[in-house]
Amino acid sequence: MKKILTLAVAGLMAAGPAMADLVFPSLSYRTGPYAAGGIPFADGYADYFTLLNERDGGIGGVMTSVPECETAYNTERGVECYESTKGEGALVYQPLSTGITYQLIPRVTADHIPLHSMGYGRTSAANGEVFEWVFNYPGNYWDSASVIVNYLLSQNDGSLEGQKIVLLYHNSAYGREPIRTLEVLSEQYGFELVQLPVDHPGQEQGNQWLTIRRERPDYVVMWGWGVMNQVAVQEAANIRFPMDHFIGNWWAGAEHDVMPAGDAADGYLSLNMNGVGDLPVFDEIREYVVDRGLAAGDGSNIGSVLYIRGMYAAMLAAEAAATAQEIHGVAQIDATMMRDGMEALNITEERMDELGMHGVGPAFQVSCANHGGPGMGRIQQWNAADQQWVTVTDFIAPDDSVTQPLIDEDSAAFAAENDITPRDCSN
Amino acid sequence: MFYREAGDFKTSYAEDNQTFPIKFDRYRYYFVLVVALLVIPFVISDYWANAVLLPFLIYAIAAIGLNILTGYCGQVSLGTGGFMAVGAYATYKLMTAFPWMDMVSVTLLSGLVTAIVGVLFGLPSLRIKGFYLAVATLAAQFFLVWLFNRVPWFYNYSASGQISAPERSMFGMAVTGPNAEVWVKYLFCLFFVILLSWVARNLTRGSVGRQWMAIRDMDIAAEIIGVNPLKSKLTAFAISSFFVGVAGALLFSVYLGAVEVGEAFGIQKSFLVLFMIIIGGLGSIFGSFAGAAFMVLLPVFLKILGVDMLGWATDIVAHIQLIVVGGLIVFFLIVEPHGLAQLWRLTKEKLRLWPFPH
Repeated sequence: MKKILTLAVAGLMAAGPAMADLVFPSLSYRTGPYAAGGIPFADGYADYFTLLNERDGGIGGVMTSVPECETAYNTERGVECYESTKGEGALVYQPLSTGITYQLIPRVTADHIPLHSMGYGRTSAANGEVFEWVFNYPGNYWDSASVIVNYLLSQNDGSLEGQKIVLLYHNSAYGREPIRTLEVLSEQYGFELVQLPVDHPGQEQGNQWLTIRRERPDYVVMWGWGVMNQVAVQEAANIRFPMDHFIGNWWAGAEHDVMPAGDAADGYLSLNMNGVGDLPVFDEIREYVVDRGLAAGDGSNIGSVLYIRGMYAAMLAAEAAATAQEIHGVAQIDATMMRDGMEALNITEERMDELGMHGVGPAFQVSCANHGGPGMGRIQQWNAADQQWVTVTDFIAPDDSVTQPLIDEDSAAFAAENDITPRDCSN
Repeated sequence: MFYREAGDFKTSYAEDNQTFPIKFDRYRYYFVLVVALLVIPFVISDYWANAVLLPFLIYAIAAIGLNILTGYCGQVSLGTGGFMAVGAYATYKLMTAFPWMDMVSVTLLSGLVTAIVGVLFGLPSLRIKGFYLAVATLAAQFFLVWLFNRVPWFYNYSASGQISAPERSMFGMAVTGPNAEVWVKYLFCLFFVILLSWVARNLTRGSVGRQWMAIRDMDIAAEIIGVNPLKSKLTAFAISSFFVGVAGALLFSVYLGAVEVGEAFGIQKSFLVLFMIIIGGLGSIFGSFAGAAFMVLLPVFLKILGVDMLGWATDIVAHIQLIVVGGLIVFFLIVEPHGLAQLWRLTKEKLRLWPFPH
């Protein structure tokens, strides 16, 4: 026991912080039932920073480092990872888990380190007046629920009256997030909402799909992640549910979700917050990262939906860091400066083209009051013959008149619960 | 040499019956208490508290609880996670319904609520034994998790279904919430660990504990010599659940701060605590501590060794951890079914003769 402790202490000393870097910890999960999604995201995140180091010599002349910590999508491990990396000068955390995000929100607020939950986490964190240290641009779950309904409206000549929509969701904070928005929307547009939870990890769905077969819904909307997605697509194929009436959110639309079902998955729809397809930046990643043997994975994930999203997340973090360097005039920024950079982040079409990522996401601007971005999403469709996702719509905007009151209400409740006086963002 | 009974004369029954009859042992125990109470709070860091010490203390309570039921009374339980969830949700409901209540009362009351639930699920143990009881407690595990997911009243109708601990202070210092100092959290948990392990130790060597052990060793024989199986099995379930409930309450309120029932209190948690007492030692208070320390420290140790020192990939280390834990469980079940506690006992036997063995 003592020996272990001594060794552990020695280990901590040996792994001392490298203070001269810009540190972007990656709380990844490459094991467990959610690894299929965690691996490409973590690879994309790490590879982009490696690219910056190799090609540009870091950000603003300071090298970046991405210490990785395995969470296995488990909140306790996530806390351990957070505590073990925050002392190394961490600039921003991106845990890729709604559960861990909920866990970290109070901690980062107390420790003054920004948290970026890109398209996941607590939706009401979009309200920057209450959530000073939490960001969820470029979109959140309530946006994506609204985008999906807007898409369905456009498919049905603007009316969903009398239609029946099933929400098949992961029975966790993540899956429950859209319910409130969908309930409001179902009242507004007169469709019937049927909620079917699927328990962690999501392999058991026979009962839910039996219900779907009985209920005969017009559409099935899915909030799934990890192994749940592929099982759901397979089950839908088994009951011959029309795939183009089955829509996943942006965490339920990657290659590995639809591949196992083979041709039966053809036509499956999903939302996506980033673009798909070949981007010029991939060639640079192959040249500077993969060919030099520095890739986080084996390089086979490049170009997959979640790899692009991980890379996109890294790009947003790097751009925010650069913005922070510009604002404060120092190259070696700290977490507080990083927050200022994130709040002043301005992503334009020109900048994305410049980075070789044309159309990877919407152009948007973060502000003191709005930490949520525009919330736009595209609908993509799986083409099983070519084994690729095809974007079928342009970016669709959510209905802010529905989501904004919900965000205000929920963040006000959070502020009251935690004795937070909202900041004044008017000046 | 140091560790011997020679010259250590006992002149009263009380002295003869004390928990640590050997002087060296006794001083070591006082030394550990002094270090834990007077040294660690001053040197503790965020990382050590949150990654190692708090989980160790909390899981030690849970392991003692399960050890009372499984190790001392012989009733196998796979419902630990579910009972921890009861403690956590009871804490949440108490904290939000009675904001003026201090955390010690909240935690103890949560333990009490869990004890009542535990007795309810313990009732079948009077009829069913062994594997069948394990399955019945497994049902409790799944039922409780389902219940807390299903009934919105338990999570105060929050949109995400999560429960999160509001800030509560004692003596002007925050105990829960993000602004609580780690040494306050540490001392708060340590208080419960010392109190509950003292209670457990004295229960298990008193008449109640002897009844439990009689039931464990052979229930029919125990009944013939006058042990009431109803009373002893139900007290074991009640007290075990009380401990487990307190552990769940602390895990939620002090350590994690926000909890999602399926994820934090799923079946894996039941197995984790079961592995702790198997590796630590069934029917031993020390074994509960050793097992908890082992299971909490092993991943941290492997991570530091593999990732930080040797530079291996994080997923490989995570997989190695699974292999090592699985291997160790098989190893202990075959080679040393009484776990680390038995190894410690053997070491002590050897130490008594050292340096002059026969």
